[in-house]
Amino acid sequence: MIMKITLFIPCFVDSFYPQTGRAMVRIFEKLGHTLDYKPQLTCCGQPPFNAGYWDESRKVAVKVLDALGDAERVVIASGSCGAMLKVFYNELFKDTLREADARALGEKTFEFSDFLVNELGVTDIGAKFPHAVTWHDGCHGLRELGIKTEPRALLSNVEGLELREMGEAATCCGFGGLFSAKFPSISVAMGQVKTKSAVETDTKYIVSNDGSCLMHIQGVLDRERRGMKCLHLAEVLNQGW
Amino acid sequence: MAIAPEKIEVPAGSGAAHDDNFHNPPEKPSAQFHHDADEKTADLRHRDLIQSALGKYYVARAGKQSKFQNWGAARQAAAEVKWEAVGHLDKYLREFEDKISARGTKVFWASTEEEARDYIVGVIKDAGARRIIKSKTMTGEEIHLNAALEKEGFEVAESDLGEYIVQLREEAPYHFVFPAMHLSRGEISDLFKEKLGTAATDSPEELTMIAREVMREKYIAADVGISGGNFAIAETGMISITENEGNARLSVSLPKIHIAIMGIEKVLPKMSDLALFLPMLATAGAGQALTGYNTLLGGPKQPGEIDGPEEFHVVLLDNGRTKLLADPEQRDALSCIRCGACLNVCPIFKNVGGHTYGTTYQGPIGSVITPHFKEMQTWKHLSSASSLCGACTETCPVKIDLAHHLLQNRRNAAQQKPVWSEKWAMKGFAWFMNQPRLYRLALKLAPLAQAFHPLVKGRRLDPLYVWTAGREFPKVKRETFKDFWAKREK
Repeated sequence: MIMKITLFIPCFVDSFYPQTGRAMVRIFEKLGHTLDYKPQLTCCGQPPFNAGYWDESRKVAVKVLDALGDAERVVIASGSCGAMLKVFYNELFKDTLREADARALGEKTFEFSDFLVNELGVTDIGAKFPHAVTWHDGCHGLRELGIKTEPRALLSNVEGLELREMGEAATCCGFGGLFSAKFPSISVAMGQVKTKSAVETDTKYIVSNDGSCLMHIQGVLDRERRGMKCLHLAEVLNQGW
Repeated sequence: MAIAPEKIEVPAGSGAAHDDNFHNPPEKPSAQFHHDADEKTADLRHRDLIQSALGKYYVARAGKQSKFQNWGAARQAAAEVKWEAVGHLDKYLREFEDKISARGTKVFWASTEEEARDYIVGVIKDAGARRIIKSKTMTGEEIHLNAALEKEGFEVAESDLGEYIVQLREEAPYHFVFPAMHLSRGEISDLFKEKLGTAATDSPEELTMIAREVMREKYIAADVGISGGNFAIAETGMISITENEGNARLSVSLPKIHIAIMGIEKVLPKMSDLALFLPMLATAGAGQALTGYNTLLGGPKQPGEIDGPEEFHVVLLDNGRTKLLADPEQRDALSCIRCGACLNVCPIFKNVGGHTYGTTYQGPIGSVITPHFKEMQTWKHLSSASSLCGACTETCPVKIDLAHHLLQNRRNAAQQKPVWSEKWAMKGFAWFMNQPRLYRLALKLAPLAQAFHPLVKGRRLDPLYVWTAGREFPKVKRETFKDFWAKREK
């Protein structure tokens, strides 16, 4: 079945990691689906939400509700922004006139790997990536959305790829949005726990389904001169075809 | 083993010096938190010590958890029992009081920590008692009982090994289940050598024996035993105490007076509920199938019984709990059985350590409840000091939605009294993000600005200093996704 997929591209993907978005476009086109994107959308509203300023968050989030109201399926390349739309909008818009809209949006919104595996039933994109990689579970994807097996299933079908799990795969990397700026020493210490565990796998790449975590992890890796590179799952699935 | 008794005694008031930090928190607990967090995260030895101690806990816990037929169903059942109990505290606490009073126990309802302290001090004074043996009670820590007792000139000894160690060090418990987990064997040996004059040893057995020798004397000499309580059983009017060292049994059965202090949320409706809660507490808390000693206490010595205290007092403490009960969003936080599992999995706790929190209850549960028990604005920073990773919610045996409660605290704090700089920053952020053209223009200019970034990067002048002090900042791409999409649409 051909679906009309509306991409939600988080601000950090748009600005820092557009290749993740381009990879998603190429993958969904390969699978034969039609794509849509709302260029007026910039942010899901998570920073003010997490800071406790829900009125300000709603000002941004309501634009998302408006723009995506008629979308068939919304796919996001981030567990964190995905959780914002799927889980936290319900809390943000609780007891407001947009409560039902928020619920409806949550029901048709999916994180990228979840959408591929559980909605499209696809676990093999036909990608080739002849490298050993390790995996980082983004917390919001893992614990708010319950996504754990899906990305692993997708990676297991990438030709030549060997997944070496790290001990701290499910431990928070320490990004946490504003937390990383409010408590930088704790955030960096948590990042170091993550990079140390990743280095122990003796791989060159850390792959995840959340670019916001990867932004932080890459920052710590580069400062430590670890020589490892972070890749979004979509970038890996985009290789070799 | 030669132990000079005069050296064992904790000088009166010495514990109070540190404890006062908690009783009269420093002007700015948030500034203290930031300061201590910076210090502890830079202490790699501390980080390694905690990581390795907890590594053993994870293995033990996973093993014991797998002995439950269905851990998920057990959590659900436990959450439901606690929900029922917390939702009907009026009924179950009265039932508990009626049943336990019928056997001669005096129940005192303390609304505040002052009332609880005054009552306990009064009981001890009325009895003309002087020496007190305590078994581990976090509720006692919460009301700063030791400082109050020492101020009255009573001699107070902690009988739980971990508590005894931190008492000797004149510091607060590091973790509400493992009070001395931040110390290596060598440090404990040094402490005993310094305070007790014992020989250095690396053997845990020998260290335990040193403390045991000291304790035996204390049990026999004590006039009053003070304990906490893990559960209060309404149906039978009993309190349940869980421990691994046998010290609580001795503390409450040898002295003539036993005073137990517990939060009002500790009540369980039925005796049979313990069949679930005892193994659950042991598993989640310490990775044990069952804690070493589980004791049920139903009153003072009854006619015909040969041992037990002559007087038994139970202090039921509110101290902010009913404020939490009045909050429909967060009242499930009263379901907490103080197992400490949320601390053990918390990456913040593991990096900053227990003392940094400056609270009786550390970790996620402490960050959730402290603003309710004390005051929101003074303690809201703890709710912000979280990446919201949700490991706490995932592990909690009674299914408290801790991560979401941290978010709710942040919202409530901002609604109650916004930090204006934050509020305006967020207003500006929301405004900016709703101007797609301005947003695109800013991203077009960003690569240019970033070309000059190396001049200030990582220095105080750097506008991104909070990020770049410890990490590299990513580069804005010349072609954003929006640019790519615009081209594609043409």
